[in-house]
Amino acid sequence: MPYSASTNIFSDILPSDDVLSQCIHCGMCLSACPTYELTKLERSSPRGRIKMIRSVANAEIPVSNIFAEEMNFCLDCQACETACPAGVRYGKLVEAARVFVDETFRKNSLKVRIKRFLLRRILADKNNLKLVSRVLRIYQRSFIKNIFEIFGVLRIFSRHLSEISKLAPKISGFFSDEKISLFSFPDAEVKYKTAFHFGCVMNVAFAEVNLDTIEVLKAYACEVYTPSEQVCCGSLHAHNGDIDFAKKLAGKNIDAFKQEKFEYLISNSAGCGAFMKDYGYLLKDDAEYSERAEMFSAKVKDVTEFLYAKNPARKLMPVSVTAVYQDACHLVHSQKIKNEPRELLKSIPGLILKETEGADVCCGSAGIYNVSRIEDSLHFLKRKVENINKVKPSLVIISNPGCLSQIAFGTEKLDHKVEVMHLVSVLRGSLYNDFSQKWKSSI
Amino acid sequence: MTNALKEKIKNIVGPKNFFDSEEDRLCYSFDATPVYQQLPEAVVFPESEEQISQILRLANHELFNVVPRGAGTGLSGGAIPVENCVVIVMTKWNKILEIDNNNLTATVQPGVVTAVLQNEVEKIGLFYPPDPGSMNVCTIGGNVANNAGGLRGLKYGVTKNYVLGTEMILPNGDLLKTGGKNMKDTAGYNLRDFIVGSEGTLGIITKILLRLIPKPTESVTILAYFDKLTFSAKAVSNIIASHITPSMMEFLDNTTINCVEDFTHIGLPRNSEAILLIEVDGRGSIVFEDSEIIKNILKKNNASFVKTEADLTEALKLKSARRSAFSALARRRPTTILEDATVPRSELPVMIEKVTEAGRKFNVTFGNFGHAGDGNLHPTCLTDERDKNEMERAHKAFDFIFNEAIKLGGTITGEHGTGLAKKQFLEKVTGIPGLEMMKKIKSVIDENNILNPGKIFSLSPRCEGTLPHNIRQFIPGK
Ligand SMILES: Cc1cc2nc3c(=O)[nH]c(=O)nc-3n(C[C@H](O)[C@H](O)[C@H](O)COP(=O)(O)OP(=O)(O)OC[C@H]3O[C@@H](n4cnc5c(N)ncnc54)[C@H](O)[C@@H]3O)c2cc1C
Ligand code: SF4
Ligand code: SF4
Repeated sequence: MPYSASTNIFSDILPSDDVLSQCIHCGMCLSACPTYELTKLERSSPRGRIKMIRSVANAEIPVSNIFAEEMNFCLDCQACETACPAGVRYGKLVEAARVFVDETFRKNSLKVRIKRFLLRRILADKNNLKLVSRVLRIYQRSFIKNIFEIFGVLRIFSRHLSEISKLAPKISGFFSDEKISLFSFPDAEVKYKTAFHFGCVMNVAFAEVNLDTIEVLKAYACEVYTPSEQVCCGSLHAHNGDIDFAKKLAGKNIDAFKQEKFEYLISNSAGCGAFMKDYGYLLKDDAEYSERAEMFSAKVKDVTEFLYAKNPARKLMPVSVTAVYQDACHLVHSQKIKNEPRELLKSIPGLILKETEGADVCCGSAGIYNVSRIEDSLHFLKRKVENINKVKPSLVIISNPGCLSQIAFGTEKLDHKVEVMHLVSVLRGSLYNDFSQKWKSSI
Repeated sequence: MTNALKEKIKNIVGPKNFFDSEEDRLCYSFDATPVYQQLPEAVVFPESEEQISQILRLANHELFNVVPRGAGTGLSGGAIPVENCVVIVMTKWNKILEIDNNNLTATVQPGVVTAVLQNEVEKIGLFYPPDPGSMNVCTIGGNVANNAGGLRGLKYGVTKNYVLGTEMILPNGDLLKTGGKNMKDTAGYNLRDFIVGSEGTLGIITKILLRLIPKPTESVTILAYFDKLTFSAKAVSNIIASHITPSMMEFLDNTTINCVEDFTHIGLPRNSEAILLIEVDGRGSIVFEDSEIIKNILKKNNASFVKTEADLTEALKLKSARRSAFSALARRRPTTILEDATVPRSELPVMIEKVTEAGRKFNVTFGNFGHAGDGNLHPTCLTDERDKNEMERAHKAFDFIFNEAIKLGGTITGEHGTGLAKKQFLEKVTGIPGLEMMKKIKSVIDENNILNPGKIFSLSPRCEGTLPHNIRQFIPGK
């Protein structure tokens, strides 16, 4: 059954007609869009998608398979938002459209139900996520994994499951929230009161990057407040059509971080940062939270954005490495943070930073896109890795967990010997002069 | 269109190149032109000249219409579907076939994106000057079909100055080759130049031979702020009269400055009434001497601030900011109707005044910007297609502007083409004999009027059927 703007459940998530009609279909976004580049079809372009969303909203066309396909094919990378001079907030439109799609197909799609179960019950619940991670950890370490892979057992379940299992980020040997105390203090005098959101995936799969973040913040004279009641930011839920649940998570986070305890809320995950900056918008009509959400969002800073604006209390020690930086979509396009990470890296003595073609083009990780649409994702990944390989760096620096495991997977798959690291780990190496003990990725 | 006929078309291009779902038809029902829209029956991506020929022959036989399309950034409605039509999209024809460093030419397929070609030739020290604001997206085929201009038109001319030859499938399915690598050619009528600007009504272009020039080695970008519109217009006239030809001389009024600044955050002066963005390029020290002279003229004409940007990345930022002007204006209102009136350059100050007058008289808001050095302005009406009353006033304001432009010896469109949007004004510019000649040519080349009919002009007595109409795309509350 087609849903229209007048169907009640959607009137609250559907952007108003003003937002929808802001697109003047000039096409200036086409060259920025990776999916249009791939198919050369208007329906896989931002302009075409907006047209379809508008028509669905207007009940001119039903929510069809093609519509669903194109909404899910979209990477939600928001490169089109950066390119659009008219200021169309495309991300909001596609996220609303995905709600349409899920609501329309939910009853008959096992996939939608599984996706929702995973997002709601696993990702959003720290303890469940840890439980699953422990199992994964054993799986990834043991020979069972090898035996499984040799016999291709995984293939029986799905043609792609074995690929996906490689893509799953390596589970850390410990979980970061268990090692970070409520307050961490710098050696020197406290200059800034910060809070730290340790994320869901970051916590279990990039625990060391989280510890590095705390160390780096300390080196910038920050007190770091890390309440353990915090939860997943909700971005993956919202990007995949589950806005209601995202709102719940947002509320929990707002309650968890006591506002009087910090001036800045630091995120080292671009997707989480971007989404938490949007809590104000997400909860704008919520009587209980709207005001606090606004205040909360105003304090959110990506770690690179925060550090760039401050001076370290420790000296940056020289390193010797040729590196490239790859933008995360949710930093460069959603948060418009492009120069800050590059300038931070350039301030490290001895680090030679090279630019690559398409540094700001999506790697195909895109939330859970690399799991839900693996073939498309691999296409985007391949191009990214080839561009990186052209300048032959020995280190690829990234500032977002999803891109980190995706690009590490890609460089390994295409057999390019290169290390992949989170930006804060590089900074930590230079600040504490232990670059050799860099985050060793075995991915 | 019957399913049997659709099957025939599908057989020609193959199922993977044929699209007729509701969604696909919807996505090709418009281009960048505001307000017009019509659904095609199908959309196809032919893979060879032969396939295009076959479709056109079939169209003559079965009497359906064919509309060629590039990237769909056109602003006069050239690529908007007409009744009972198939859209032929050329964007996958995107190969640069040859760059000839000895003859300074490039041979390209029509779907090559303009900026991609420019980057490629610049890598080996060559230069393809036409740079429409849409150059990151639009295709060379669309540029040739519309004879597109650009920011550098002032010194380097427009697309037609660079087309040496074309290959085109005629409406009857035959292949027509024109021009060649010769710098001179007087054999017969000049068919090549006649194809440039034909807006997809005379044939489907499949190959283009372009002239390249050596890339200028020096360039200086100058930015000047003005407190009054008239000061800036006067400065333009004085620069032209000083016999210096900058490569670009772009004008932005206060509304445009603010919208562009909202998008780019590069520090444009939000309070200035106008700015001029000027670029001088060439070889050797003369470039710097010329830029000094221009700076003096600007100051004499009451520029409140003049700055030179020697840094290339900064200059590039300014230029791409200017290129975003049209779309950036949509930040104010959802419908931006942009016009393309062009007057002899000496009349520019009068024309700028007239646009302001039109806004006042008909109570509509304009953002005004454009290629000041060419006398080619883009007064853009900021409106909302959902407001019928305001739309009517906007149309009246444009009638006024066109009539004033023609009175000043100008034309209704400098670079965007006639298409659907300007055809009602065409006769005023060409006169009756001109228009009649065009119609006769069209009916000889396209006997059954199947190729992009109803664009540029309507043929009578054969009627094109209903043409794309102004529809309200969204009915609030429905
Ligand atoms: C933001 C913006 C800025 C712009 N700035 C400028 C500017 O500065 N200067 C300027 O001149 N224009 C400008 N334009 C207008 C537009 O970009 C140009 O007219 C461009 O040449 C259109 O190219 P396209 O590939 O998008 O063609 P389309 O819009 O797809 O088609 C344009 C016309 O060409 C025909 N056509 C396309 N391909 C072929 C082919 N292979 N064979 C035969 N006919 C064909 C179509 O039928 C149609 O009539 C701008 C547009 C936008 C949206
Ligand atoms: S999203 Fe923006 S850039 Fe893309 S077509 Fe719409 S207005 Fe133009
Ligand atoms: S979000 Fe990315 S993939 Fe989706 S339409 Fe925009 S540019 Fe294309």
